[in-house]
Amino acid sequence: MDYSSSNLFVQMGEWLSDPTNWSGARGIPMRVLEHLGYVGLTMLIACAIAVPLGMYVGHTGRGRVLIVSGIGILRALPTLGMVFLFALLFYRGVLPSVWALVLLAVPPVLSGVYAGISSVNRTVVDAARSMGLTEAQILFRVEVPNGLHVMIGGVRAGILQVVATATVVAYAKADGLGVFLVEGTQINDNGRLFGGAVVIAVLAIAVDGLMALIQKFAISPGLRATPPPAGSSEESGRQEAVASAQGGTT
Amino acid sequence: MDWIQGVIDYVPANAALLRELTGNHLVQSILPIVFGVIIAVPLAQIARLNRSAGAVMLTASSLLYTIPSLAMFVFLPLVLGTSILSMVNVVVALTIYAVALLMRSTVDALNSIDDGVRQAAVAMGYTPLRRFLTVDLPLAVPVLIAGIRVISVTNISMVSVGALIGVPSLGRLFTDGLTRNYPEQIAVGIIATLLLALVLDLLLVLLERVLTPWTRATSSRTARAAALDARTVAA
Repeated sequence: MDYSSSNLFVQMGEWLSDPTNWSGARGIPMRVLEHLGYVGLTMLIACAIAVPLGMYVGHTGRGRVLIVSGIGILRALPTLGMVFLFALLFYRGVLPSVWALVLLAVPPVLSGVYAGISSVNRTVVDAARSMGLTEAQILFRVEVPNGLHVMIGGVRAGILQVVATATVVAYAKADGLGVFLVEGTQINDNGRLFGGAVVIAVLAIAVDGLMALIQKFAISPGLRATPPPAGSSEESGRQEAVASAQGGTT
Repeated sequence: MDWIQGVIDYVPANAALLRELTGNHLVQSILPIVFGVIIAVPLAQIARLNRSAGAVMLTASSLLYTIPSLAMFVFLPLVLGTSILSMVNVVVALTIYAVALLMRSTVDALNSIDDGVRQAAVAMGYTPLRRFLTVDLPLAVPVLIAGIRVISVTNISMVSVGALIGVPSLGRLFTDGLTRNYPEQIAVGIIATLLLALVLDLLLVLLERVLTPWTRATSSRTARAAALDARTVAA
């Protein structure tokens, strides 16, 4: 593409405002959809694994050490390497990349769900138990509503990481938003390179904003009416759990 | 299992390259942690003293935290005027993430210190600066190190992304391995990255023990529990 100036910001603006970049199978909207497709599929699988596991460990307290160390090891796995390794070992398709991204998404979701369930005040749980609720009722009617804010925080952190990291899939299989970075580097088209980077950043911020909104409405009405006093031990424990659940992006 | 043999054979044959890439990788992972602590601690103290400034800083840092690293690596040369191949871009990007993560937890940690301890220090004639450096900061160390451990693990994994735009690190083994269709090379890179993360994490645990001698008799896990207890008492 020809630009009117050698200034990189001008080139970026021209690339972003060129209508031909906004249509067709190689245009920005299609690439955004591909990107979100990776994110959606990855999060679906990751949640299917991590949510039940986190609920089980959070509710029973069994296997705590095991999942904490498992989360540590998974966090240390370089996703870039996993995406490329799976692409070579299996095939350069959608699924191997998705599985590599699942390894990235499981730790934040798992630690968020686990922290959410186990951060619920134990006296509340004991009260429910003494009222005769079954363990399943305690989990779904007491622990999940009370811990939902932190649980969704974990999912939010996972989505943020996957949105960011799905970019590298483009280097193994040419789709998703990373394609603009690959092409921009290969054909030395700086407008495409920086424009693509802007689209990725905007998408990440938009998705995270949406998740922040969902998280805000996930507080059960009963809890919203009487917010715990600021700085109470329960609140600071909750913040710590959220912080640990949200560690790291890519 | 041929490929395991391939992985084992790769290491001695490429020792010099591996040493160089590991060195680059370490520099790009550790410098952001050091800079992150140096920047985040004063900012956290400012955020505590001035609530509106604190709110602005926390919002700005969490917004920056949202920007994907690859986009950040591409943009920073434009802002900083560095070469796109420079390690400076990766160090600056990861420092930004480290500050964003550490600032929040440091504010919480400083807020949770027992007010009686502070007042005792004031009564003993400590100046505000001396009190901050010798009382507040040491008591915040367990929380700080917990944050640093998360950062160090994610940094080590993220540094390899820089290889996509040509910054040298162990990520080079991934990009090279993909173009040369050489999975053993990628596996070596993954194992080396995992080992680096493990070693750095152990060093941080050790550092926490050295910096918090009052908990030396107990394990670091009980130290954190004690820190939480102290926080409960304060509240």
